[in-house]
Amino acid sequence: MNDYLSTKRGRYGKFGGTFIPELLVAPIQELEKAFNAAKNDKGFMESFYSLLKNYAGRPTPLTEVSRFAEAIQGPRIFLKREDLLHTGAHKLNNALGQCLLAKKMGKTRIIAETGAGQHGVATAAACAHLGLTCVVYMGSIDMERQAPNVLRMQLMGAKVVSVQQGSCTLKDAVNEALRDWAESFTNTHYCLGSALGPHPYPEMVGHFQSCIGEESHAQCTQDLGKNPDYVIACVGGGSNAIGIFSAFLNDPTVHLIGVEAGGHGTQLGEHAARFQANTRGVLHGCYTVVLQDEHGQIAETASISAGLDYPAVGPAHAHLSETKRVDYVAVSDKEALAAFKLLAQTEGIIPALESSHALAYLMKIAPTLEKDKIILVNLSGRGDKDLPQWMKG
Amino acid sequence: MNKTNRFENSFRDKAYIAYLTAGSEGIQNTIEAALALAEGGVNLLEIGVPFSDPIADGPVIQRAAQRALQKGTTLDTVLSMVENIRKYTNIPMILFSYYNPILARMHSSFLQDAKKAGVDGLLVVDCPLEESVELELQCLEQEIALIDVIAPSTTSERLKLIDTRAMSFQSFLYYACRKGTTGIQNALPADFSEKMQSIKSMTRAPVVVGFGIAHRELAEQVLEHADGVVVGSLFVKALEEGVSPDKLKVMAQTIYPERVVKK
Repeated sequence: MNDYLSTKRGRYGKFGGTFIPELLVAPIQELEKAFNAAKNDKGFMESFYSLLKNYAGRPTPLTEVSRFAEAIQGPRIFLKREDLLHTGAHKLNNALGQCLLAKKMGKTRIIAETGAGQHGVATAAACAHLGLTCVVYMGSIDMERQAPNVLRMQLMGAKVVSVQQGSCTLKDAVNEALRDWAESFTNTHYCLGSALGPHPYPEMVGHFQSCIGEESHAQCTQDLGKNPDYVIACVGGGSNAIGIFSAFLNDPTVHLIGVEAGGHGTQLGEHAARFQANTRGVLHGCYTVVLQDEHGQIAETASISAGLDYPAVGPAHAHLSETKRVDYVAVSDKEALAAFKLLAQTEGIIPALESSHALAYLMKIAPTLEKDKIILVNLSGRGDKDLPQWMKG
Repeated sequence: MNKTNRFENSFRDKAYIAYLTAGSEGIQNTIEAALALAEGGVNLLEIGVPFSDPIADGPVIQRAAQRALQKGTTLDTVLSMVENIRKYTNIPMILFSYYNPILARMHSSFLQDAKKAGVDGLLVVDCPLEESVELELQCLEQEIALIDVIAPSTTSERLKLIDTRAMSFQSFLYYACRKGTTGIQNALPADFSEKMQSIKSMTRAPVVVGFGIAHRELAEQVLEHADGVVVGSLFVKALEEGVSPDKLKVMAQTIYPERVVKK
């Protein structure tokens, strides 16, 4: 375990914790116990890695994108191709891990929240493959803007519940999933999709996503003989970012950058750039950096990317920002769309709008980087789901 | 906090506790409703602080919180509301809140201001025992009781720790008697009596029961085992439907199980 991510009572520095109603204490403690046993259980981890290899299609390749690099006057750029993972995004790593764990715990029903629909699709697939019942909570606005993913979930046997409370997006879907779980935990596991929520979720999701970083590290060592100079990933809750960063945190020569959704403005409610305001608070079970008004009411957020459209960031990222190990920046909807288009046209790879944020930040800094530098971008998902949004422009 | 402990009066007989979401139909309406409930026999008030993401609440209280926030209710307006109610009655009042609105106001002497306004206790829904050690010390200092919820799934070890805290505040335990969220229910869970007996055998502080109590027979059944009963969503829903303070008072009287209460 590396220094930045070792937790004491679920804390990353001062962030994290277990801020949950008493009703959820028992299921959370049950989960913590099961996860701690599973991560040290060779048999469990072998089953997990076997699923990653034979069902999900790991390892995913590293692709050098020289035409994209040339177009943005950048140095050598490599993409970690999580878009090539089964179901089209990194989310499947975590969904398989948690569903396998749930099965081991004797749970028969899985609930999940989803924003862009990628975690919902991954959970639906994992449940179908492992023989579990699946219910996915999704904000009604997200259901509209990510319609193709709703159909995929339904086809794989999941029930998709439209959430029409609050801002009708990811945060409200998490609220509904937590309410379901408070009633159903005896037979149900809550498969949270990002590295946030109460302990042990941030650690557990980070653990199941660490394969991204481990593979990237091995691939860079093998192909390039060294670590990359920069690793860039988009940050919603932050699971793809923590997955790839985790392997490079202990190498101070690797510059790590997390890219948030700058939305369409700088006012509260116009973006999801949590680190720009950098206010702390408690949402969905953990103490972290969260967008809120002066009265502690959680702010609404906006982003063209449903997967980044969330007011809080995972507690590990809050800690990595405070310790200055990772830089967190933001790009606008427009910049993300430009990157989305450019990668498609120069490389024949359609990135998810989420991952497009990481590419967009790279486009901004590329001309300033020395030409012998190596950049690694986590291409966390593919963008087929985003075509309706792209049509709207 | 002996001299100023208003809870004692509430538990002399059985406690009858009402929950209201502050400001759901405007602050003035909540004040009138609180006073009407007190006249109707309620002897402990839970004042809900509205929050944008109330994960432990069902649809009735979710909607109430949303209306209250749309009307601009803040923790400060809630405190001045408590101060206002305090002018008319000595009824104990506890704030029922999620943690984030409290945290946002914590650095500017929230607990002192709450005490000054007449708040007797604080229940923070999403701040369980393990996370509230520091808050407990601050509450002890300000003589505001920090009240914990217990659930059917609470282990006996935790129950004992929570009971110890309740004893140190001379307060009580709030038993959320079913899984799920707040709301209106027609029956008690099947294992209610058994659970209550087990809880009572392990605790010293009074135990009040809430989560779904919405009519007289349920309240009577609860009070066979418990030291108090909490009615929430029923009153909140009545206010949403525009019930007058007079009618609310009659509602409170209707649920109030006198034959149990007057020993």
